[in-house]
Amino acid sequence: MRAIIRSLVMVVTLSIFTGLVYPLAMTGLAQVVFPSRANGSIIIKDGVPVGSALIGQAFTDARYFSSRPSAGGNDAANSGGTNYGGTSAKLQQQVGELAESVRAANGWTSDQEVPSVLVTNSSSGLDPHLTPAAAYCQVERIAKVRGLEIRQVRDLVSEHIENADLGVVGEDRVNVLKLNLALDNLQQNQ
Amino acid sequence: MTKDIMLFVLFLAVLLLCAWPLGKYMARVFNYEKTCGERFFAPLENIFYKMAKVDPRTEMPWKEYCLNLIIFNALGMLSLFVLQLTQAFLPLNPQQLPNVETWHLAFNTAASFMTNTNWQAYSGETTLSYLTQMLGLTVQNFLSAATGAAVAIALIRGLVRKNTGELGNFWADIIRCTTRILLPICVVATLLLVSQGVIQNLNPYVDVQTVEGAQQTIAMGPVASQEAIKELGTNGGGFFNANSSHPFENPTPWSNFLEMFLILVIPTGLLFTFGEMCKDKKQGYAVLASMLLLFVLMLGVCYASEKYGNPIVAAQGISGDTAMEGKEVRFGIGSSSLFATVTTAASCGAVNSMHDSYTGTGGLVPMLQMMLGEVVLGGVGAGFYGMMLYVFITVFIVGLMVGRTPEYLGKKIEAKEVVLTIAGLLIPAATILTMSAVSCLTEAGQAGISNPGPHGLSEILYGFASGVGNNGSAFAGLGANSLWYNVLIGLAMLIGRFAVIVPVLAIAGNMVTKKIAPANAGTFNTGSSLFAVLLAGVVLIVGALTFLPALALGPIVDQLFMLQGKVF
Repeated sequence: MRAIIRSLVMVVTLSIFTGLVYPLAMTGLAQVVFPSRANGSIIIKDGVPVGSALIGQAFTDARYFSSRPSAGGNDAANSGGTNYGGTSAKLQQQVGELAESVRAANGWTSDQEVPSVLVTNSSSGLDPHLTPAAAYCQVERIAKVRGLEIRQVRDLVSEHIENADLGVVGEDRVNVLKLNLALDNLQQNQ
Repeated sequence: MTKDIMLFVLFLAVLLLCAWPLGKYMARVFNYEKTCGERFFAPLENIFYKMAKVDPRTEMPWKEYCLNLIIFNALGMLSLFVLQLTQAFLPLNPQQLPNVETWHLAFNTAASFMTNTNWQAYSGETTLSYLTQMLGLTVQNFLSAATGAAVAIALIRGLVRKNTGELGNFWADIIRCTTRILLPICVVATLLLVSQGVIQNLNPYVDVQTVEGAQQTIAMGPVASQEAIKELGTNGGGFFNANSSHPFENPTPWSNFLEMFLILVIPTGLLFTFGEMCKDKKQGYAVLASMLLLFVLMLGVCYASEKYGNPIVAAQGISGDTAMEGKEVRFGIGSSSLFATVTTAASCGAVNSMHDSYTGTGGLVPMLQMMLGEVVLGGVGAGFYGMMLYVFITVFIVGLMVGRTPEYLGKKIEAKEVVLTIAGLLIPAATILTMSAVSCLTEAGQAGISNPGPHGLSEILYGFASGVGNNGSAFAGLGANSLWYNVLIGLAMLIGRFAVIVPVLAIAGNMVTKKIAPANAGTFNTGSSLFAVLLAGVVLIVGALTFLPALALGPIVDQLFMLQGKVF
C-alpha cells in the first residue's frame, strides 16, 4: 500500500511537471520568441489569412501551378496519405488517371513524361512543395492562360526554388502557395 | 545519389560527435555524481522526493526495483486511460472534442504510450484535446523513456558492481533522467523546432479562405514541446495523424535532421555511458560498432530499394523518383529512407513518410529491424538492454565453441541467466508470429487489411512487429481501430515491454551478486572487433531463423511481384 501511494504521488507530481509546467512554459516562450511561426506561419493577403506557408492547399485552376495530389483533399484538420502499397491496383489506376489529366491540362502528347510528384499523393496530404521539374513543366500552360511571356514565368519559378541545405540536407523544392501568390502579384503589377 | 550518401555520412558524424560527450554526462547522472547545474537540479529533485517521501539514497535489490517500476507504470497507464474517457469535461479543449469513443481504443492508446510504443489507432487532430495531448501523452513520453533508461542502467550496474545485491534507486534514476537529461535537451530542441516552423500554441483551429476561394481549416496545438520529447524519448506518437510528415511537426529538412538526431542521440550515448561505467571503453565501442555495422547495412538496402523505385509507376510514362507515393517533396528519397531506418533502428516509430507505400524491400527493412527487437542502436534504454541479451547469447555460443563457461566483463553467465535471456528473446518473437497468424485466420483480423495480396500480410506482420517491438510506426493502411486490433496489439505492446524488462532486471539481479574474475589468457575479448562482427552475425542469424518464412510470404514476394508488374 505504501508503495502504491508513493508511485501515485510520483505520477501526479511528474505529470504536473512534464505535462503542464513544461508545455505551457514552452508555449509562452515560443509565443514571445517566434510568434508568427508558433502560430502556424499564416500568410495574410490584403488583411485576410489565405493559408499557411507550410500547409499545401489545392490548386485546380489552370491559371495556377497545381499542387501535389492529396489523399485527404488538403484537409488541414485531418492529415494522412493513401497507404497504397507498391503492388496496389489502386495505385496503378491513380497514377494512370492523374498522368492523363496532367497531360490533358497542359496540352501534352500521350508519350510525354509526367514528373512523379504530380501523380503521387504525399504522406501528409498537405505537402506544400513541388520539385523544380514539376513546376517548370507547368510554365508553358500558365504563360499561355495568363498571357505572360514564358521567360517571365520561368524566371519566377527559378526565383522560388529553395535549395537543399548545404547541398545535401533535403531536396530542391518550390513552395506552391508562395509561387502562386507571386504569380498573381506579377500580373497585377503589369 | 552522391548527395544522399553525403547526407548519411554527415548524419552519422554529427550523431557520434554529440553522443560521446552526452554519454559521459549520462554516466555522471546515473552514478549519482554532481553535474553542472547542481544548484538548480538538486532542489528541484528534492521536491519530488519529499512529496513522495522517498529517500533517493536507499539502494534497491532487483525485485524491489522491478516492483516499483511496474506499479509506477501501471498507474501512469491508468491515468492516461481515465484522461481520454473524461477529456470532454476538462479544460484546454478548444475544438470541443468528445471523450474517446471506445474503451478499447482508450486502452490501446494508454498501453501504447506507457510502453514507449506510441502506436496510434486514433488520429490526433480529430480525437484528442490539447489537455490529453499534454497531460496524458507528453507525460508518458517522458516517463516511458526514463523507465527504459532506468532498466538499462540497472543492467549495467548489475554487470559492473560486484558482491552486492543492489541495483540503485528506481526513483532517483527516473527523476534524475527526467530533470537532468530529457528536460534540458527538450527545452533547447523545442525552441529549435519552433524556429523551423513547428507550431506551439493553444489556439482553436484556424479557418482560412484559400487563394482559389475554398475553405481550409488548419489544426493547431502545442506541438513543438511534444515533438521534442516524442523524438528524444524514442516514443514516436505524432500530434497529428500524419506524424512527422505533417508540415507542422516537421516543416524543413533541418527540422527533419534534428528529429532524426534526437531519436538516436540517447541510445547511441548510452553505449559511451556503458563504456564509462564499466571502466573499459572498448566494451562500449565493440557493441556500438556492431550496431553501426547493422545500421549501415539496413540503411543501404532500404535506400537502394526506394531509389530504384516502382516499375509499375515508371511504366506509365513517369519521370523522376517513382517511389514518391506517401513521401514529401522536401524530404525526397534520401531523407525519407534515412528517417525510416532511424525510427525503426530505435524503437521510435515516428514517420516522415508512409511506410505502407514503400517498395517491398524498402518496407522490409523497418519491419525486420523491429522484429530483431530494435537493437540497432535501439530505443532509449530498450535498445541497450535488448542488445545485451544478444551479447549474452554470443558469449554463450563462443563459450560452447571453446568449451569454457561463458563470461562477460569477468562475470560468469550461467544456466539461469541463459534461460532468462532466451525468455527475453523468444516470448516477443513468438508473440509477433502467433498473433499475426491468428489475425490472418480470423475474419476480424482480415477485416483490417487495406492492400490485398502479399502486401496485406505485410500490413498485419508489421502491426504486431511494431506493437511487440514497442515501435509504434505502422503500415498505416491497416484498419487498426477495431476491437480485435485494439485489444490484441494493446496486449502485444504490454508483452513486448514487460516480457523483456522483467527478465533483464532478473539477470541484473543475479549478475550483481557475482564475483568478477580477473581476465586470463583463455578469456574471450569482448572489446574486440572480432566480437563486434560475431555479435552482428548472431543478431542477423537469430532474426533470419525466426522470421524468414513470414518475411518471404510478405515483403519479399511483394517486391518480386512489383518487379514483374503484377498488381492486386
